[in-house]
Amino acid sequence: MALIEIRNLWKEYGQQVVLEQLNKTVGEGEFITIVGASGCGKTTFLKMLLGTESVSRGQLLLDGKPLPGEPGPERGIVFQRYSVFPHLSVLGNVMLSLELEKSPLLGRLFGGARKTAEKLAKEMIDAVGLGQAMHKYPHELSGGMQQRLALAQSLIKRPRILLLDEPFGALDPGIRADMHQLVLSLWQEHKLTVFMITHDIKEGFYLGTRLWVFDKCRFDPQAPNAYGAQITYDLPVGQTDGHLLKKSPPRAAEKVPPPLPDKYRRNLWNQVFTNIPCPARVIGLCVCGVGFV
Amino acid sequence: MKKLINRVPGRTARWILGVLPFVLCLVLYLAASNARLAENENDKLLPSFSSFAGAIERMAFTPDKRSGNYLLWQDTASSLWRLSLGLGLSALLALVIGILNGAIPYMRAPLSPFITAISLIPPMAILPILFIVFGLGELAKVMLIVIGIAPFLIRDVQQRALEIPAEQLIKAQTLGANTWQIIVRVLFPQIMPRLLASVRLSLGAAWLFLIAAEAIAATEGLGYRIFLVRRYLAMDVILPYVVWITLLAFLLDYVLRKISRMCYPWFHAQIQTAEN
Repeated sequence: MALIEIRNLWKEYGQQVVLEQLNKTVGEGEFITIVGASGCGKTTFLKMLLGTESVSRGQLLLDGKPLPGEPGPERGIVFQRYSVFPHLSVLGNVMLSLELEKSPLLGRLFGGARKTAEKLAKEMIDAVGLGQAMHKYPHELSGGMQQRLALAQSLIKRPRILLLDEPFGALDPGIRADMHQLVLSLWQEHKLTVFMITHDIKEGFYLGTRLWVFDKCRFDPQAPNAYGAQITYDLPVGQTDGHLLKKSPPRAAEKVPPPLPDKYRRNLWNQVFTNIPCPARVIGLCVCGVGFV
Repeated sequence: MKKLINRVPGRTARWILGVLPFVLCLVLYLAASNARLAENENDKLLPSFSSFAGAIERMAFTPDKRSGNYLLWQDTASSLWRLSLGLGLSALLALVIGILNGAIPYMRAPLSPFITAISLIPPMAILPILFIVFGLGELAKVMLIVIGIAPFLIRDVQQRALEIPAEQLIKAQTLGANTWQIIVRVLFPQIMPRLLASVRLSLGAAWLFLIAAEAIAATEGLGYRIFLVRRYLAMDVILPYVVWITLLAFLLDYVLRKISRMCYPWFHAQIQTAEN
């Protein structure tokens, strides 16, 4: 059954059409990556799913009912920045949703109830590899660790849909590869439906089961705002199936603090290596090997 | 030779340079006082340090002939009581109204313009009204402080609450928080250190309003005493009182800073990271 149904969806700001005639259905457990030029309405679309932007025309349905018009616990979100609370430790950040649920008045738990919540939160923190940083504050964490924390914080609430707005855009390539493994394993484990905006097309192909490309099909140079973007491609990419994931299990926690030279070497390696076409890589490796001998 | 902007004094040098202006002032005062006293030993304008000592002895360590009280301590206690009451009330008002204004658009719409208007009223201009309405007792003096600094604090807290990234409020909602929970778990703890910082900034204004109110209608208090002895040109009392008030203000500021650092280490670490 379709989890999310998008029926003839439009988004307009006055005269300006941002999105037009979107028609899609998304099933449970799909991983949708969204790419497109800047300003083509990707983020607006995500905000509509999140509930912070309203729908101008058409319908956006969750389980056949219109999505609530404000953010709620069934949809988790990780932004590029500012996703974690600076005044709470890692443990406090992850525990927050449990505390909010059990204690409506104070939003805090004490005694036995707190112990139980702490235990649950610690499991989640270990799962994202932040076990070493349990009592640190966000400002003491690196960008990658902060995003791990944001994921843990969202997922402990068991959302059905996870929205990711360029979550790895600000991270180093090496750290990004680690995060990809983490997201894939969490996606499988929690049976999530994921919508992820990215600027990195390679990332979009690698992570998603479906890749959506947002673009303007029609353009009127006299009235550049008259037409909005549509989903011009809906590619069943699905590179990342089960066996690929098993082949490369999620790496262990990012080291605390990450050793600098090592990290740099890995980044450089990733950048150079993945950008060279395959035969050239083999030849290059051979030449290096011969040279070394 | 490095450029001037790149030359930084060391630890000892910084200390010496910091003390230097104080020492200079002291030396200047001593020289001027000596010169005047040499001409006329009954001069009251720039008294010698021995007459300061005498005045302090009289005010702080000898019971007053008429009332039997130690005047300096009595003045200090009542002034500090009024000041802390005024500051505390203002901070409380700022916390409640400021956070509500910052968090809830339907509170902000009617209250924000109103408070902006209130904050533009010069508090000293309505001091007579306060004396008429609240009488000449403690209440009027405390109210002057509150009216003087609460609107500033409220506006500041509201601004700080609005500056908290929208992402955090959205995130909290996706974690299941309702409006009240967002206020107590997200806004309140992040506002507190910022409120303490603005209370520290408003200390100067609070002292100003306190002393003004005491000068006009009071029977004890640091400001009252200064204005009382002015009639006898008693500089030997006024100057130690001014130094004492300055010291108290410094200590208050210091204590607030320490409290903030102790209770909200993440806030100060964050500021440092931003500055680096």
